[in-house]
Order: sequence, then structure tokens, then C-alpha cells
Amino acid sequence: MNPTALIAEDEPLLAQALKAELAAAWPELQVLATAGDGRGAVREALRLLPQVLFFDIRMPGLDGLGAAAELADSWPVDAAPMPQLVFVTAYDEYAARAFEAQAIDYVLKPVQPERLRKTVLRLQQVLGARQQPPRSAPAAADEALERTLAQWRQLLAAAAGNGSVPPPASTAPLKMIAASEAGGSTVRMVPIDEVLYFEAADKYIRVLTATHEYLIRTPLKQLLAQLDPDTFWQVHRAVVVRSSAVEAVHRDEAGKLHLDLRGRPEKIPVSRLYAHLFRAM
Amino acid sequence: MSVEALPRFRAENVRGMLRHGLVTVVFCCFIAAALTITQHGEWGAQMVYSLSIGLISWLFIDMGRLLISGHKEILWPSGPWGYLLVAGGVTVGFLGGNAIGDAWTHQPVLDFHSFTGPRLATTIIITVTATVCMCFFFYSLGRSKHMRSQIELAQRNATEARLKLLETQLEPHMLFNTLANLRALITADPPRAVAMLDRLNNYLRMTLSGSRALAHPLSAEFERLADYLELMSVRMGERLCYTLDLPDELRNTPVPPLLLQPLVENSIRHGLEPKVEGGRIAVRARQLDGRLIIEVSDTGIGLDAAPPSEGSGFGLEQVRERLATVYGDQGRMSLAAEPSGGTRTTLSFPLPPRP
Repeated sequence: MNPTALIAEDEPLLAQALKAELAAAWPELQVLATAGDGRGAVREALRLLPQVLFFDIRMPGLDGLGAAAELADSWPVDAAPMPQLVFVTAYDEYAARAFEAQAIDYVLKPVQPERLRKTVLRLQQVLGARQQPPRSAPAAADEALERTLAQWRQLLAAAAGNGSVPPPASTAPLKMIAASEAGGSTVRMVPIDEVLYFEAADKYIRVLTATHEYLIRTPLKQLLAQLDPDTFWQVHRAVVVRSSAVEAVHRDEAGKLHLDLRGRPEKIPVSRLYAHLFRAM
Repeated sequence: MSVEALPRFRAENVRGMLRHGLVTVVFCCFIAAALTITQHGEWGAQMVYSLSIGLISWLFIDMGRLLISGHKEILWPSGPWGYLLVAGGVTVGFLGGNAIGDAWTHQPVLDFHSFTGPRLATTIIITVTATVCMCFFFYSLGRSKHMRSQIELAQRNATEARLKLLETQLEPHMLFNTLANLRALITADPPRAVAMLDRLNNYLRMTLSGSRALAHPLSAEFERLADYLELMSVRMGERLCYTLDLPDELRNTPVPPLLLQPLVENSIRHGLEPKVEGGRIAVRARQLDGRLIIEVSDTGIGLDAAPPSEGSGFGLEQVRERLATVYGDQGRMSLAAEPSGGTRTTLSFPLPPRP
């Protein structure tokens, strides 16, 4: 079976060019579709289940990082293995340099044939290794999934660490949050010590304490940069929880993880990307 | 500048003060020498009188000046305080210096009861003249130093602003994406690649030189907009449509270069690029009651939908500042939401009188 791929790129000429370069560098690769925006990319990927994703980072609707995070959550692992993810971008030169040597993969625009050939080689190795007949099927599949997820985590972290979001004004961890009360016009000063978790909803972030709910308008990425990473863990594309408030982790029939928090009744979903935080020791 | 940033007796101020003191000492030696030569008395006594008068005045005036105005950038009290300080310094220096001199020589040289006495008059005149001259000298020195630093600061700010403008115009994402498109076109469609390269050429030339020229005709501004929009529409494909509407009679109106560019860039970056289906940008110039009105409207995601902190402020701030520099309070800029969901920016300023 020929390897399959999906290209997500909002500039039509660049999508075409990448397709042409790929055809030259990897004739067997079958590009199943090209999508012009993040949502379309997620939709098409879930429909076609390709083995490789070439994602632009800056795209309308949903950017490449968001699209990848969403895919990690909703990918049907039983139907197909997690795809290999390659970011293609114009400007993240630092991350690109850092990634030049390793991982699957972070390519700079304009894509150069030699560089793309390296990517292709890497992809071929990974996909080839995967094709080998699995000995003890479930364990090997789990292992492969975990490896791919680890790569995705690295890739997403590197891509998120620069460019699109301005750095926070101060690097000191946040102590108080000025947040509006849900539905009200009052701004409350909420001590960070009372916050149990944050949840991104639309343009807002919900700030939840044991007894109250507040709203802030800072993007989650920017908020994360101001939180102490040991105290607050991102467990989902849209959720950051206080690690010490986690009481229990449940696995449902579908294999998805959920958290119980001390002091909150609701179940918090854990994204596949962050499930490694809760693996039993 | 904050008060904390300028403590009264920071090292620099104290050094300045000691320098003044040294100059004062040298000056006093000259006066004493002159008085000795002109047979006003024996040189040791003259030195004591001269030095004590001078040093007391100097201490009084220099300390006073730092105490009163040590937090300001020109280290000299403003208005009457400056004169009062000099007058105080002269009086204290004169009386104190004479007292010390008298103690040294064990006999009062001056007879304070007879103001007509030539010695008293001479000493007063010398003291006052010397103090005033020196104060004026030090004051001018400090002022010119301050002016120099102000000029340097202004130059630095101007350079910084220009760099920042360049940086926003030549944003790497824009540049590398354009080059990537160009690269794709070179093999796929060479004539279009050449056309795009020419546009890019114009755009770069304008950006690199435009921050220097003072004005150019509105038609040139529109041509540069067309270059930029054409580059963007190669990149965005069918997601971008644009119209440029410039009436013939306004073609030669002088406008500051690159005035409209940031507005169009904002429309694309914050309005159309984030929108999946893209949209349309319309730039329209017209005149109304002797004013030139330019509208940039788009059908993008609109003001509210844009994330709050995406750093779009600089472009608009730049435009507003340039309008204010060129047209004063006659230049206006307004930002409004379009009923259809996009954004409309309107610039308006007086048309120059026709020759």
C-alpha cells in the first residue's frame, strides 16, 4: 500500500508547490487532499486518515497548532495509527534550527528539495518501521502510539514557543488574576492559590475556584507562560489544572482519561497528548 | 523620568559639583593675585579672603541648587529661585568669607560702618561680579550639556521609530511567504513570476526609502497599495479581492508616504487572513468640503473578533502620529465596525490649497 498524506496550507500556490516537490522527492506518496484552513484540515484528516500530515502553522480559522491538538484528541487510534506530523512554516527559524537535527519535522518555507528529501527519508524510516508485522500486537501498537505522541508533543511545544504570541510582560509567576464575574460587570481580584482549573471557552478563559467561576480574556497560551509549570499542568488543548487538586484519574470504556478534582464536581477530560502525565508509576 | 531615577546626590552630580569647586578655587587665586599686584594688601590675607568668600558661595549655591532642583534634568532652580540662590550665595559668601578673613588677620580689613569706603565697595563689586559670572558660566555649561543629551535622545527615538516601522513592513512571515510563492511561480508560471518580482521590487523600494521622503502624490501611494495588494492576492488566491478607487482630480494631492499601507496591512492581517473564506478590501479616496477623505474598509472578521493582544496597535499608532505631525489637529482617523461585520478606517485631513 502506498503511503498517504494530507497538506494543509492556506496559500494555494504554496500548496501546489509542496505537492510538486513531494511528487519529485517521494513519487509513491499519495497526497489525498489539500485543505486551506485548520478546520478543513481536521475534517479531511479524520475522513481520510492519512499517514502523514503537512501542516502550515499560520492558517485561518484554526492554526496548525490548534488543528494538531484537536486531531490528537479525536484521532481514532483503533482504525489507523496516529499520523506523522510535519510543520511547514515561513518564520519560526529558532525552532526550525533546533529541530534541524531531529524529530519529525519542522520545515522552513520556501521548501528546498534537499531539506524536503531529509524529511521524506525520516518519514520513510518511521513508516517502514511501523509496517513491520507487530509481534504482540497491543503492546507494540501502544508503544508506537506513545512514540508518535511524544514526537507530536515536542513539535507542538517547539512551535508554540515562538512567533504568534507576544511574550508575557513579566516572567514572574502570576499571583493575582483580575477577572470579571460571569455575567457581571465587576472585576474581582482572584488569588491564584484559589484557582482549581482554567478552561478555554471561545474567546474567554473560565477561571474556576472551589466556589466561583470568573472569566478572563487572555489567550490560554499567554496565560500558560505566566503560570508556574509545576503547579499548573495543561491536560487538554483547552484545560489547565492545578496539579495538587487532582484527586483521581479514570479511564472510560473508550480508553479516554478523565480527572476528578478536589472541590469540583465536574469531570475534566485529559487529552491524549498529555495522558503521559497520569500514567501509574 | 521617575524621581527614583534621579537621586539628588548621585555620583555624576557630585562630580560636577567638585569640578565647579575646583574652577572656583582657581578663579579665587586669580582674584587674590590681581588684588595683591594692585597693592590691595598682603597676598596671604588676600588668598584667605578670596578663597573663603568663593568657596562659601560655591558651597551655598551648588548645594542649594542640588537640594532645590536635584531631581530635575537641568540642575538649576527655575524662575526667581535661581536669582535668590545667587543673591543668597553672594551674601553668605561675602559675610562668612570676611569673618574668616578677619579671624585670620586678627583685624577687620573692612569697615562696615562706612559704606563709602573704597575697600568695601571694591570687595562687594568683585564678589558680586565674580559670583554672577561664574554662576552664569556653570549654568550655561549645564544647559548646553542638557540640550546635547536632549538632541541625542530625540535622534535615538526617531531612529528607533523608523526601525520599528521597517520591521513591521518587512515582517519575516510576509517576506518569506512571498518569496516562497515567487519560487513556486518561477517554475509554474514564469511571466507571472516576473510580474510578482516587479511588484515585490516596488514594495521593497518604497518601504526602504519611504520612511525618509516627506510627501508624494496620492496616485503614487495608491500604486504602492496596488503592489502590496497584488502580492497578497497572489499569496491568498481567491480569498482576497480588492478595489482601489482614486478620482482623477485627487491624483496629484501630496500625502505622506506609506500612510495608507499600515491600514491595508491591518485589514489583511487582522481581518481577512484569519477568516476562512477571505473577503474584500476597498480603498476609496474622495473630497468633501475641502478635505481629503480616505476610507479603507474590509469584510473581515471585524474589530471584536480579533484577539485582544495581537500587537496591531503599532501600525495604527504610527498612522495617527504621522497625521498629527503633518496636519496637527486637522488630521483625523476613525475606526468603525462595518454593519456587514468588517472594519472601516477613515482618514480625513485638509486638502492643500490649489496653486
